[in-house]
Amino acid sequence: MEGINAKYVSQKISKTRWRPVSSSSLQQPDIFATGSWDNEDNKISLWSIGDNGVSGMDDEFEGDPQLVCEYKHNGDVMDLQFLDQDRIVTASSTGAVTIFRHNHNNQTLSVPQLWERAHHYPCGKAPCTGVVCNSPEIVTVGEDGRIILFRSDQEGVTRTIENADSSTIHAVTFLRTTEILTVNSIGQLKLWDFRQRSNEPSQILSLTGDRVPLHCVDRHPNQQHIVATGGQDGMLCIWDVRQGKMPFSLMEAHSAEMWEVHFHPSNPDHLFSCSEDGSLLHWETSSNSDTPSFLQGGRNASITSRSAIAPAGGNQSLISAWLTGDSGKGRLETTHMLPSQTLSVNSLDVLGQCLVCGTDGEAIYVNRLVPI
Amino acid sequence: MNQKKQVKHLFIEPCVNFINRSTKQCPNLPAFVVDTKFTHGISLSTGGCPFVHEVRKDEDICSPILRKLFNESHHIFVGLQGIRDDLPSKNKKTQFVSISKNYRSVIRACMEELQQVAGKVEGKSDGRISPVFFLQVSILLAVELIWNLCEVLFIDAAPAGSLLLHLLDWVRLHKADVDEKARDVLQSESPTEHQAYWDVVISYVLQGRMDEARQVLMKQAALQPAARGMFKLLDNLLIKMPIFNPSGAQTLTEFDVKWRHWHEEVDRCLQDQSFASNPHLEVICKILVGDEDVLLEHKELLSTWYHFLVTRLLFSHPIVKPTELHYYAQSSMHMFLDTRSVPEPLDSILLAAFEFDIHQVIKDCSIALNNWWFVAHLTDLMDHCKLLQSHNLHFGSNLREFLLLEYASGLFTHHSLWQLAVDYFDHCPEFGRVYLELQIERVPLDTERKALKVLRICEQRQMTEQVRSICKIMAKGALRNNRLGSALSWSIRAKDAAFATLISERFLQDYCANGAFSDLDLIDNLGSAMLLSDRLTFLGKYREFHRLYGEKCFSDAAKLLLSLMTAKIAPRTFWMTLLTDALPLLEQKEVIFSADQTHELMFCLEDLTSGNCLPKPDRAMQDEDIDTTKIEILRLALARNLAKAIVKEGTVEV
Repeated sequence: MEGINAKYVSQKISKTRWRPVSSSSLQQPDIFATGSWDNEDNKISLWSIGDNGVSGMDDEFEGDPQLVCEYKHNGDVMDLQFLDQDRIVTASSTGAVTIFRHNHNNQTLSVPQLWERAHHYPCGKAPCTGVVCNSPEIVTVGEDGRIILFRSDQEGVTRTIENADSSTIHAVTFLRTTEILTVNSIGQLKLWDFRQRSNEPSQILSLTGDRVPLHCVDRHPNQQHIVATGGQDGMLCIWDVRQGKMPFSLMEAHSAEMWEVHFHPSNPDHLFSCSEDGSLLHWETSSNSDTPSFLQGGRNASITSRSAIAPAGGNQSLISAWLTGDSGKGRLETTHMLPSQTLSVNSLDVLGQCLVCGTDGEAIYVNRLVPI
Repeated sequence: MNQKKQVKHLFIEPCVNFINRSTKQCPNLPAFVVDTKFTHGISLSTGGCPFVHEVRKDEDICSPILRKLFNESHHIFVGLQGIRDDLPSKNKKTQFVSISKNYRSVIRACMEELQQVAGKVEGKSDGRISPVFFLQVSILLAVELIWNLCEVLFIDAAPAGSLLLHLLDWVRLHKADVDEKARDVLQSESPTEHQAYWDVVISYVLQGRMDEARQVLMKQAALQPAARGMFKLLDNLLIKMPIFNPSGAQTLTEFDVKWRHWHEEVDRCLQDQSFASNPHLEVICKILVGDEDVLLEHKELLSTWYHFLVTRLLFSHPIVKPTELHYYAQSSMHMFLDTRSVPEPLDSILLAAFEFDIHQVIKDCSIALNNWWFVAHLTDLMDHCKLLQSHNLHFGSNLREFLLLEYASGLFTHHSLWQLAVDYFDHCPEFGRVYLELQIERVPLDTERKALKVLRICEQRQMTEQVRSICKIMAKGALRNNRLGSALSWSIRAKDAAFATLISERFLQDYCANGAFSDLDLIDNLGSAMLLSDRLTFLGKYREFHRLYGEKCFSDAAKLLLSLMTAKIAPRTFWMTLLTDALPLLEQKEVIFSADQTHELMFCLEDLTSGNCLPKPDRAMQDEDIDTTKIEILRLALARNLAKAIVKEGTVEV
């Protein structure tokens, strides 16, 4: 595959994330973070693919990710997010939530803040499964069914929703500044509004009857009502959270658990997903109104009325390509982005033209020429 | 922690020799000087007590750099298993050779990285290099050497003519210090004065690299105009030396004739003492003519017997057939090595390869090497090349499967490499599945995500027994942590009716205690999963009753409640609660239970009370009082409802 660069790193990678670039510059990202799992000693590591990044590197191969620094992490890294340019939040299988700070001067990592046993059972620790940041707010979810809200500038816990879910919450994302969306192991999406004092979800959406666990969720960057989820059966679902309790469309994608799904942050007609079956897919839908695209509306019949809905905002075409389900002319292309793979691709992140993913085969793949 | 340690018998002794040997071949690695000290250390500590078995963890598997070897070769291995049997054999051969090269390049990459890391540590002021590094590098070097030879002899199976070319490449690759020395010489101020100048020229000639040898010789020739004729003559001989071209039209006989002519010419030059005035040139000429005594005088430059063998073949028997190889190999080894010394493991392995005794190679490697990686992968490749057909073991399946199983079991003991082992087990048709079944249940499940990965492995292979046991472990864990919802989800996934019943009981108990259901999001969405166990069905239906009641669909709720008892879905112990639940429906203004339904309710109540009319000694008097009162209230309500219903049903609406 063109432009793809593989590096074996001697640890199974559970998460990969690009460091955000300032929105004003047109710069491509050059630093990413990885977290490992299932090692005796797990680590979070920062890598550079930049040419002018770290001094004193005798890089033998241009574009090969170079280790910048690493730090021991207690337990598996279950999730990892950049809070801002130099802070990273991790979720641990020990239930701890940790903030790491990257010190640019001497290229080291330190731990300015740690919430140990944030997620826990009455006796024992519960893995924290997901974290999402909207600086300074941090929201974590766990196998204990709790949702916890932290603020990076406060030591205590801002808010806890006990028993938010009777099963495991697998992932969480911000829908708006006060609203979050969680997915759980019985196939439900739950909307939570932090403005409400009650500990009940404001809305529950699900695929009736199937109870297929959902593992990942991502929100359309411009149209906050559009949400993509991936489940245990490898299906990709597109939801319109304002409309009905059913997914807008269902697409067969992978043959095993879909671990992550991401809209491209600046070009959301592109979507990426990775799976336990070892594949990484690039989905592209056309937003051109002349060739209305894709999505045969799934199980939902009332498609035409949908297109009349005004978008919530954003600079994209007026109606998201992901919701214009004109069956006849639908156009959706999917491409495999990795050469033959056998072991699970656990995580991916895409920013600008750069994509990074990490696998159980202990390899990191970087593609710097994603056709966006 | 790893539960299993690998048991190693006392193979330490041969292993040490083996390593010393391989260090000698690589003088281009400055680090190896230190090595001997370390290995002696080992042999001292373990020597002298042949009955002690050393049990130790396989350290190789924990080395972060070697993990790359395991991961990358796993990828190649899986690719190799996918090669279809029906390909034409010619295509297959090229594929196998390229796969073999891939394996070797992975070994090389690992070796280079190990050397780099060792170099970095050495660079630091307080840097003490871990001896393990050298051990690993030297083992990898030996492994690559053996693999390369096996590739030439078995996989590529080069015929006479090209066989020697391949062997030359093999020697050149593993004796690369010549180039380094040549660079030193050529970069010095006056190359011809350099003490290693003639060593370089001769080394090039010994490896058959005539063009390079001529280039270096040219320097000398330019300085000695008087001897120009002599240099010119040698240069001419070097140019004219025929090299077999396997892709050309030339036949082997034609080449042989040409080569003999050249050989005679060289011999003639030697006879008429053309080089008598310059001892260096004369030595080169004697090498060209294949003078074995002269060759043996350059042991230092040859450094190994197999280099000697290949050089000897180059200048005496360039069209050696594969079948003749073992004869030359044996004699070269005896000529080169001291008669006193016993051949070391590496020597025997290479000799066995030259004798085309592939099983001996694999056997000796298994004994001498400290891990199964090499033998398992090599044997697997050989098996795909159909080179191991006739050989069956007296135990287990065949050799390939036996070695793969050993290797994969080793991987399974590792904290995180266990995932790789699964694919190896998959490709062991006879016992792979049994091994996998036994091992997979021992993987510690710290998080649900890991459990899901293990489950996926089992489900893909229809290992229902293991799926059930993993789900049960997870369900029990969840129950212990009071996560009833999770526990129920896991037992539904395992289709474990007994456990689902147990958890449903807990839900119902909690309801009786608190008067409210927990985990409604789950129970409301059971769907068809509800049918897994009777108790679960009851739980789901009972919750449905509450929902209907909450939505004020009283007659539907009443119908459902009654059917729960009459269809015997509800456990009898729960009937009292259900009847109590009926009370508010009976007390409604409008008639909800019809006369027939009321009769049935009454029947249920009588059925229940007649059963436990005997006073139970362990029940407190107070409880009994409450029960009696409850029954009284119920009877009253039922009677009143019956009256209302009869009146209503008997009334004709006008």
